[in-house]
Amino acid sequence: MTDFLLSYLPILIFAGIAAVIGIALMASAFVLAPNNPDTEKTSIYECGFPAFDDARMKFDVKFYRVAILFIIFDLEVAFLFPWAVAFNDIGAFGFISMMIFLAVLTIGFIYEWKKGALEWD
Amino acid sequence: MIEFITDILIPLAWIVAHCLAIITALLLTLAFAMYMDRKVWAAVQLRRGPNVVGPWGLFQSFADLLKYVFKEPILPAGASIGIYFLAPFITFLLAIAAWAVVPVNLGWAVADINAGVLYLFAVSSLMVYGVLMGGWASNSKYAFLGALRSAAQMVSYEVSLGFVIITVLLLAGSLNLTDIVLAQQDMWFCIPLLPMFVVFFISALAETNRPPFDLPEAESELVAGFMVEYSSTPFLLFMIGELAAVILMCALMTILFLGGWLPPIDIYPLNAVPGWLWFFAKLFVLFFFFAMVKAMVPRYRYDQLMRLGWKVFLPLSLFYVIATATVLTVIQQGILI
Repeated sequence: MTDFLLSYLPILIFAGIAAVIGIALMASAFVLAPNNPDTEKTSIYECGFPAFDDARMKFDVKFYRVAILFIIFDLEVAFLFPWAVAFNDIGAFGFISMMIFLAVLTIGFIYEWKKGALEWD
Repeated sequence: MIEFITDILIPLAWIVAHCLAIITALLLTLAFAMYMDRKVWAAVQLRRGPNVVGPWGLFQSFADLLKYVFKEPILPAGASIGIYFLAPFITFLLAIAAWAVVPVNLGWAVADINAGVLYLFAVSSLMVYGVLMGGWASNSKYAFLGALRSAAQMVSYEVSLGFVIITVLLLAGSLNLTDIVLAQQDMWFCIPLLPMFVVFFISALAETNRPPFDLPEAESELVAGFMVEYSSTPFLLFMIGELAAVILMCALMTILFLGGWLPPIDIYPLNAVPGWLWFFAKLFVLFFFFAMVKAMVPRYRYDQLMRLGWKVFLPLSLFYVIATATVLTVIQQGILI
């Protein structure tokens, strides 16, 4: 178990070094560069006059739908990973059971398509 | 005390040195990839490109770095300060940290973990958070809309990337990146999986928001998408993160389809070339194609982009997973032979 965890230690160190470089780069501008903000400079970039309302507004439900579809298919991909790795050991039984699962999923996909969930208009 | 030094301190120092070497090499590669990108783009348009700093403009990226550092960092009035600065940092951190598992040569990976592909898949999925946080925290309409578009685009193509990786895993039978490369000694996977290689290449363009799929930063409508309010080094971190993700995708394609550090044929003059040279040669050929696509292909419309992802690539890659599994089973079970 410790050997297994130790093989991940270099990733932690690697990310740590990357974090130090990132913070150093970000901080360097605050140390080295001039810093004299005024109201015009820090105002939100828009058409040249003050914004009418807050930018965090309602947005189209299509984005939400894409996110839901993504979760379904990404879970499926995550489910296929171990199957693909063990493919040589599980034989015809493993193959057929996954094909049944994929068939069920494909029916769902065809339903989504026919319902127009994949349209972007 | 001596045991503590020999058993813990020296291996630890070795790991740190290894990490530093890889990160330095990576950042240098990024600097010259940026230069190459601009040079190729300029050549296609019959311009000279960067040619002032250093011989043939080779040090342009380093001059750019200095320029970013000496520019004023602006904090927009309505921004959420914490998330605003966290977003570029996360983008940078994830894009660099993904490189911990990439084997440039046999045994050169910092961490040769068993779940290498899964780690890369997870890290590249998390990259979308940098975009979303940056767009939301800026409190600007352009940034907000750009972030939404960018996130939807990145997750759409993530799915077909996943299915393409599954087809490779079926042939390789391992999640370890070194094992995947070694499984290609007889034949590179781009030969049996050529359609998937093409799908992966195009999905990688969309995943990293490169042209022709650079809708999030469509200059003509959203000015610069989610990074419109950023300046100075926070902006630089976004740029480095984006470029590191592009190079990571090239490296991933090299490993999954083009046999990593292996020579095309295992004969004398070719296998005498060191492995990392092969790796970088393949990586830069792929990056050259990225740069050429950027220079030549017109931008996609957003509904076309979504249609391509969900209605073409997803069914195609799903079909190819089933086809690959069927062919492998037929061979395994000895049917038809």
